[in-house]
Amino acid sequence: MSTKINFTIDGKNCSADKGMFVLGAAQKNGIYIPSLCNIEGLAPRGSCRVCTVKINGKLMVACSTPVAEGMKIENETEELHDLRKQIIELLFVEGNHLCPSCEKSGNCELQALAYRLKIMAPRYPYQFPVREIDASNPKLIKDHNRCILCKRCIRAIQTDDGKNLFAFKQRGCKLTINIEPSTSAAITDEIATKAAKICPVGALLKKEVGFVQPIGHRLYDHLPIGNTASLNIISSREKDTNT
Amino acid sequence: MSKKITIEPITRVEGHGKVTIKLDKNNKVTQSRLHIVEFRGFERFVQGRPYWELPVLVQRLCGICPVSHHLAAAKATDILVGIGADELTATAEKMRRLMHYGQIFQSHVLHFFHLVSPDLLFGIDADPAIRNIIGVALKHKDLAVRGVLMRKFGQEIIKVTAGKKIHGTGAIPGGINKNLTIAERDYFLDGKAIPSVDTMIEWALDTVEFIKSYQKENRQFIDGYAAFPSNHLSLVAKDGALDLYHGVLRAVDAEGNRILDDIDYSEYYKYIAEEVRSWSYMKFPFIKSLGKEKGWYRVGPLARLNTCDYIPTPLAQKEFEEYKSYTHGKPNNMSMHTHWARLIETLHSAERIKQLLNDPDLQQTDLVKKGQKASVGVGLLEAPRGTLFHHYQINENDQVTMCNLIVSTTNNNEPMNQAVNWVAMNTISGKPEPQITEGLLNGVEVAIRAYDPCLSCATHAIGKMPLEVAFVDEYEKVISSKCKNID
Repeated sequence: MSTKINFTIDGKNCSADKGMFVLGAAQKNGIYIPSLCNIEGLAPRGSCRVCTVKINGKLMVACSTPVAEGMKIENETEELHDLRKQIIELLFVEGNHLCPSCEKSGNCELQALAYRLKIMAPRYPYQFPVREIDASNPKLIKDHNRCILCKRCIRAIQTDDGKNLFAFKQRGCKLTINIEPSTSAAITDEIATKAAKICPVGALLKKEVGFVQPIGHRLYDHLPIGNTASLNIISSREKDTNT
Repeated sequence: MSKKITIEPITRVEGHGKVTIKLDKNNKVTQSRLHIVEFRGFERFVQGRPYWELPVLVQRLCGICPVSHHLAAAKATDILVGIGADELTATAEKMRRLMHYGQIFQSHVLHFFHLVSPDLLFGIDADPAIRNIIGVALKHKDLAVRGVLMRKFGQEIIKVTAGKKIHGTGAIPGGINKNLTIAERDYFLDGKAIPSVDTMIEWALDTVEFIKSYQKENRQFIDGYAAFPSNHLSLVAKDGALDLYHGVLRAVDAEGNRILDDIDYSEYYKYIAEEVRSWSYMKFPFIKSLGKEKGWYRVGPLARLNTCDYIPTPLAQKEFEEYKSYTHGKPNNMSMHTHWARLIETLHSAERIKQLLNDPDLQQTDLVKKGQKASVGVGLLEAPRGTLFHHYQINENDQVTMCNLIVSTTNNNEPMNQAVNWVAMNTISGKPEPQITEGLLNGVEVAIRAYDPCLSCATHAIGKMPLEVAFVDEYEKVISSKCKNID
């Protein structure tokens, strides 16, 4: 019995291995579906909903829906474009995202998605929440102004013995990422670097490092998010940096 | 009954300002004040942010001289990461200098060609409809094109060193995040894509010749307008040379006597204090030893050429000698000569840029250093319009707990007030029926513009600068007023 699944995305015939999720399956077929909370190698959570697509006429989340034979998936439609745009706009107004002075600017997935979706100004009023930054850890700074609660850090960062270093604290609009006090001391330079890299928005920053990547050498400086060619360009530019 | 007339010409000063002129029963001016009426809160809202964000964050004080704030903050954060200004790598120090001289060059060109030249070419009483850069472009096309290309050159220098023409990220605590590639260097040297640095030097020389000729033909105006004695303050190199990036703090009085004798600027607060006055949001700095009344000083091109001993590039030095001979070596206290000084500095900047572009250190790869962390950092440099102070304190978690910024405009607060007072005393005081004319409104701006085309860094501004001039009687009652750009 074949393990290949056949389906279409925006009318294009695609195939993928059985058990793959729609998001990864689309990627294998060269099709980009925007996403924020998803990260390769970790179980999907479907928490940000940016990867919402229409499957057989119903709105579903691409990161956590397995592909099935004969699926008709819609991705690049006006309706879905606007839906994703609204989600990104809501994330912008709900936090304090001061892109111009943010260390993550140019490497930020939220910012890059806003550019890709051509957001000029959000349609919703800014909330301007009062949020403190937590700089008490010797290796990391947590800037809650920028956190979009994607849970990537909680899911990806663990100690050698499998304990989580990050956890949610409180509920509702007061929900924040918390560094587990019992494991806080285990945060090394390597873990801090990994956490800062895995955070899509610059809510987690490695201490004492800022703006070391020149403008023009950052991930989304030249091509929008979702364009794999941008990665090749960056690596070739890195080689030229100091010549 | 007071009368209020609103006029809306194009203005060439950015920021918010209000001038009140007090008249007695005989219409004699008894007091003139330049009020800065908007509040800007950078010193407060950087508190809590991590220190390495400062160079990028605080440069948003200004869109004309962001590089100056970027570098002053970077110099302060160097201290925070344990690197003194003399300890930067050669590449880092020279890349920053290249960025800074690009900034001085573009800003001085903007100041002179775009904002000041309309006053000189058309006269301060000319119709405001033509007394602007568009008027210059229509009537003196070559001059306007040159101004645009010179500014572009400076902006391109900033772009290759900072990453962007406005609000870049090149300077980081302890160094710089990129060097200059050979291709980037040649872009400025070969003259293929843009006029070369040699052309910039040639054009800068021409512009100095222009101001010298203008001064000879309009001596009464240039020498006399808003002239008054004052102290002068700036950084100078340790050997007394003009140095716009780094040095020691020197101040001289109107006669040239030293008030501050080449002090370490990290201890500026021992020598300089700031006075708050109830009628303005801009503070009034003064040299402590002279007190509030006599301790105010000027900063900027005029002050710098008054404090330095020489200019370390040959063409600018030659012009400096001619400029100094006009006042027989004594400090120059003529406000409008600031433009002459500014153009000599423009020439000097072009010469320095050429030297730096030809320096192979810019292609080296040792960019950043770190030392023993400190909790207090002070960074000073000479911004286009004068000495710029950045002073920060951080806590054990690397967060900013205190920030004090004394920007060039603030340093020139009292001199600008003095200049406005001069205009009031010399144009309306004692006249039977003093009128607030367009000439008076622009005359006030001309006096301010000699120091600054922009009040926004010291205050807050969105869009055009509203300027209101009001006559008030001895009981503070408004007799008449006129406004620009107030809705």
